[in-house]
Amino acid sequence: MTVEERTTLVEMRNISVAFGGVHAVKNVSIDLYAGEVVGLVGGNGAGKSTLMRVLSGAHPADTGEILITGDPVTIRSPRDAKAYNIETIYQTLALADNIDAPGNLFLGRERTGRTGGLDDSSMEAETRKIMGRLNPNFTRFKLPVKSLSGGQRQAVAIARAVYFNARILIMDEPTAALGPAETAQVRNLVRQLKEDGIGIFLISHDIHDVFDLSDRISVMYHGEIVDTVKKDDVTADDVLGMIILGKKPDEVTEKDRAAIELRG
Amino acid sequence: MSNEADTAPVSGQAQTEPPARTSVRALFAQTEIDLRLFGMLLALAAILLVFHIWSGGKLVRPVNMITMGVQASGIAIIATGMVLVIVSRNIDLSVGSLVGLIAMSYALLMTDWFPRVFGIPPDAPFQWVLALAIGIGIGAFFGAIQGFIIAYIGVPSFIVTLGGLFSIRGLVWFQSQGAGVTGIDPTFQLIGGGALGSAGETITWGLGLLGCIAVVALLYNSRRQRRRYGFPTRPMWAEVVLVAAGCVASLGVAWFANQSFWPKGLADQYAADHGITPPPGGLQIATGIPFPILLLLGVTLVMTWLATRRRFGRYVYAYGGNPDAAELAGINTRFTILKTYVVMGILCALAAAIATARLNGATLDIGTGYELYVIAAAVIGGTSFAGGIGTIPGAVVGAFVMQAIQYGLAFNNVNSAGQNVVLGLVLIVAVGFDTLNRRHGS
Repeated sequence: MTVEERTTLVEMRNISVAFGGVHAVKNVSIDLYAGEVVGLVGGNGAGKSTLMRVLSGAHPADTGEILITGDPVTIRSPRDAKAYNIETIYQTLALADNIDAPGNLFLGRERTGRTGGLDDSSMEAETRKIMGRLNPNFTRFKLPVKSLSGGQRQAVAIARAVYFNARILIMDEPTAALGPAETAQVRNLVRQLKEDGIGIFLISHDIHDVFDLSDRISVMYHGEIVDTVKKDDVTADDVLGMIILGKKPDEVTEKDRAAIELRG
Repeated sequence: MSNEADTAPVSGQAQTEPPARTSVRALFAQTEIDLRLFGMLLALAAILLVFHIWSGGKLVRPVNMITMGVQASGIAIIATGMVLVIVSRNIDLSVGSLVGLIAMSYALLMTDWFPRVFGIPPDAPFQWVLALAIGIGIGAFFGAIQGFIIAYIGVPSFIVTLGGLFSIRGLVWFQSQGAGVTGIDPTFQLIGGGALGSAGETITWGLGLLGCIAVVALLYNSRRQRRRYGFPTRPMWAEVVLVAAGCVASLGVAWFANQSFWPKGLADQYAADHGITPPPGGLQIATGIPFPILLLLGVTLVMTWLATRRRFGRYVYAYGGNPDAAELAGINTRFTILKTYVVMGILCALAAAIATARLNGATLDIGTGYELYVIAAAVIGGTSFAGGIGTIPGAVVGAFVMQAIQYGLAFNNVNSAGQNVVLGLVLIVAVGFDTLNRRHGS
């Protein structure tokens, strides 16, 4: 099966975002297919998170358009994004610390009874179900998530993204705060979601994560995409070179190489 | 203690399936009583006991406690709203001025505007309802304006409501050209309590019984829900203890309120009017629970329901816990904040009604300083300025703690300067204790 025959889930065309005079994202185009993981890498301030915040509705783009399964859409708020089944796991996790796990999982999408009152029991039951799959050791359903461990909090954030039938998943540094066992768990989950036909944008500093999980890799440098490459066509060193120099592998000169050696 | 050290780290088992151990704390955990609120009620009881002993056993009598409750009711009503405002990381300094504005509006409506502008005769029935509705409208309107500026324009709430404190108080003067206004509708006056403005013996008992039934119904419903989803339930003994405690409290308050009787003059008048020959020592007519306290009870229930059972409340707490998370979850955070101020305005209208009714009119300075008492009540009640933390019942108990201290000191002839010294210290000690407790707890 060639790439062209599969469903294009997301196309972001010519997206630009500026904060004051700083161009965080400059004329970037990127796409994502169903059942595909696209790794988004780049140094600090390269614009990865900002680009993804545009897709998740957290920050509107100044210019450019977004197509979901071929149709142009307007995403002005997180609510819009969720309406298109775009779910995001933020690097900060974006959990309300003072609220328990079911409250966070259903935040903004609470289940209510006939009179509009919160149906906490049913939300807790659903949370117990999904956490049973994601993190069977999870038992603290009534405590504020503040009192949970980093891995448990991450599990809540992931559960929230997965529970609502995501078609497009944005994972911003999903393993940054995790131990080795939990990282392995997240990797397994990514593979499983991919098999379910979900498209995933994976932002990560960890080049090994990216190489392990991605089908394609997009490298950003100073707000622009250096190149989008198939994982099988490149080496980790190629990607590192693109991250550091902002140049494609065939544009790299001997002088650049020397510069990297010096720094490394 | 060592038992807990063993069990606590095992990932929240103590919360959902408490081990059958006999430490006091573990037993409490099984009843799922809010320990903090329980502690505050104990503190309130202790405060009253100290002043009771100091006064030579004269303080804790039904008639005194009812007066104290009525005095606390206005502050407590507004404090329930201040909890939501502070939980969502804002503040409202304008409540006292808004109470003043609405109180003056009530007084003017019933003495001047209704007969002169609307052509409603002074003895028209139900004018109190109309006055109250207009007052609530005024409160909601000013709340909405301030809330809009805070939530949509982004001016800090401290500044907006500080401005409100000045300008709304200024408006009160223009309403009456600086004059005090007296002589409001007699029915409206009943909102302020007193012998006539109380529920009476039968209704008070009925409410006590209703409270008892409500406790049973709530616990039964909660148990049924948990069963349905297969969650752990409280042990049966804990349910029984809760039902017993709820019923004793509910019926106890009813009984206590019914030990307060009409003043002799009023009772004699009533006896004469109804052709009753008073028994020796005069006719004993129980007042029961006064209306302002009933109003407070109702407000507490509705506000607790709003805070814990509705999306609105969930969003207020979520925003307070993490504004970004609330925003990213797709919550309309601005509208949520605006609504907290509308709720505040409505509560101010209710508190203003009590104040106007008690005074049989309005003065220029009615409600002055309320904001500080209300904030103090919320904070003593466990509301945290860091946001995200605070309960409605806690704030109500906080208001009663403050009123108990003031009333107890006044009862023992300590002047208001002395009362202020103690109140300030209590505020600091209460929050200090809370801070240490939280640090220790986490």
